[in-house]
Amino acid sequence: MYGNAYIENDGNKVNSILADEDPIKLAEFEARIAAGDKIEPKDWMPKEYRKQLVRMIEQHAHSEIIGSLPEGTWITRAPGFRRKLALMAKVQDEVGHAQLLYSAAETLGKSREDMTNDLINGKSKYSNVFNYPAPTWADSAVIAWLIDAGAIVNQLANSKGSYGPYCRALDRICAEESFHLKYGHDNVVFLATGTPVQRAMVQEALNRWWEPIMHFFGPPDKASQHSEILMRWKVKMGSNDSMRQTFLNMYVPKIWDLGLTLPDTELRKNEETGQWEYTEPNWETFKQVINGNGPCNKERLAVRRMAEENGRWVRKALMNKDAVYATPLA
Amino acid sequence: MEFTEKHVEGLKELLYKMADDLLIIGHRNSEWTGLGPMLEEDIAFSSMAQDKVGQSLALFELLHELGESDPDTVAFTRNDHQFHCSQLVELPIGEYDFSMVRHFFFDHAEAIRFEMLADSVFEPLSMVARKFKGEIKYHTMHADIFMQKLAAGGEESFSRMQNSINETFGLALGMFEPGKYEEALIESGIFGGEAELQRRWLDKVLPLLESFGYVVPKVESTEPAFGGRHGIHTPHLQPLLDEMTEVFSIDPGADW
Ligand SMILES: [Fe+2]
Ligand SMILES: [Fe+2]
Ligand SMILES: [Fe+2]
Repeated sequence: MYGNAYIENDGNKVNSILADEDPIKLAEFEARIAAGDKIEPKDWMPKEYRKQLVRMIEQHAHSEIIGSLPEGTWITRAPGFRRKLALMAKVQDEVGHAQLLYSAAETLGKSREDMTNDLINGKSKYSNVFNYPAPTWADSAVIAWLIDAGAIVNQLANSKGSYGPYCRALDRICAEESFHLKYGHDNVVFLATGTPVQRAMVQEALNRWWEPIMHFFGPPDKASQHSEILMRWKVKMGSNDSMRQTFLNMYVPKIWDLGLTLPDTELRKNEETGQWEYTEPNWETFKQVINGNGPCNKERLAVRRMAEENGRWVRKALMNKDAVYATPLA
Repeated sequence: MEFTEKHVEGLKELLYKMADDLLIIGHRNSEWTGLGPMLEEDIAFSSMAQDKVGQSLALFELLHELGESDPDTVAFTRNDHQFHCSQLVELPIGEYDFSMVRHFFFDHAEAIRFEMLADSVFEPLSMVARKFKGEIKYHTMHADIFMQKLAAGGEESFSRMQNSINETFGLALGMFEPGKYEEALIESGIFGGEAELQRRWLDKVLPLLESFGYVVPKVESTEPAFGGRHGIHTPHLQPLLDEMTEVFSIDPGADW
């Protein structure tokens, strides 16, 4: 889950979901998870567990690869050697994350090719934030700091989940994400403490990104038996609201410290409850964007489709059985 | 021997063309990020791009020590006529076949250049050349593997690759355009010269192409794409520079 896993929350289906599972195996499976065991690819697992995990890991993988696009367009424009080198390395990491995650999802039985096809056909989702444009350099800085920060909140939680290959992939990913966060923060600090033009640029970017960031963790979860089961199976590791709170608590003070403002006059920490109060972002917009009507959905998928199409002859050539085998580089 | 002015000028010319080549090819390679034929190739091109841009920075730092402006200023404020890269590196990434063939031609030339420079009497340059030699090994290996696999990858793949080889060969020969100070560089032991580099490069790449099964292009009947070393470029370089400097030039004095 990169920000928000779009898990169908259908409480009524629960009985039918578990109806044809072997009750003894199911009990053993749940006992292992309760004991903190990791489930491995060859282990028995309920069909619904496999289905939701594939969906979740696949969405996460797609988010990494699509996420490399808005930032990637800034590699060629990064100001100066230091930023250029750092941004190249960061975006390369993101593509590497996609690769790791596709491999993790493949252990559950869906091939990378099928996942890619579902992505470019619009069948599977990816994180909504990447459907927004990054019109200035400051947008790329805000993404690298705050979107990656949000991703870390999520991924740290998910790395404590129950599926072994996903957890291990997330451990590696989180280590790299912390560098991204440092890069993004450093970048925002330079802009926020720079010339008036730089300061205005970063403030505008922050204003633009605030709603997508609030959307990032997904709408408040409705309690249902389905989501209860997914929590018990350690597929879902926390409510969307609790993750949003964690994020606000860690980053809003840092944003304010830089002398930047956020476009929500209601935003404050309630010292009594310890909870952040804020204006609910427009969830109708969120739904619209998920369903393909965001500012960049079409563009992002078109780029992926083009890359897939242009690269087809290469992949075909490498699969040629007469081709001389050579070990690929690490 | 004592370095005279022509040696220093020759040295600067050499450093500029190398640094510019590496910056521009690195910039181009980075354009594959998110667009490669498979994730592994996105990653490979990005990692090579980082090495190239990093190497170019190291060379601009040497130039800075020789009295030129700092690396960011030099790299991010010149126009195309002030660039000394070969025309080969400035062309858009095109299709993967072209990018791969360019990568093969360019990296073998760089690898040999670094090998020659590892013995340069100019100590700071020989030091970086030895370091670069270690990095570029992986780049030439990557190119060789793919040149070989794509030659054996069926008809479409072979013909795409062969066409790109034919079309790119003259551009590649343009890399060896002699500079103004060839003799000074050779006699001083700073660098063995472009003619020697080209000779060694042909000895390396032509037999490799043949062993992969390609039709080897003919040097005698190929016009080298000269001009780049003297600031004459294709229409592709200035737009690349405009893009590269877009943010930096908002305020070149600001800290980014
Ligand atoms: Fe990532
Ligand atoms: Fe990210
Ligand atoms: Fe990241």
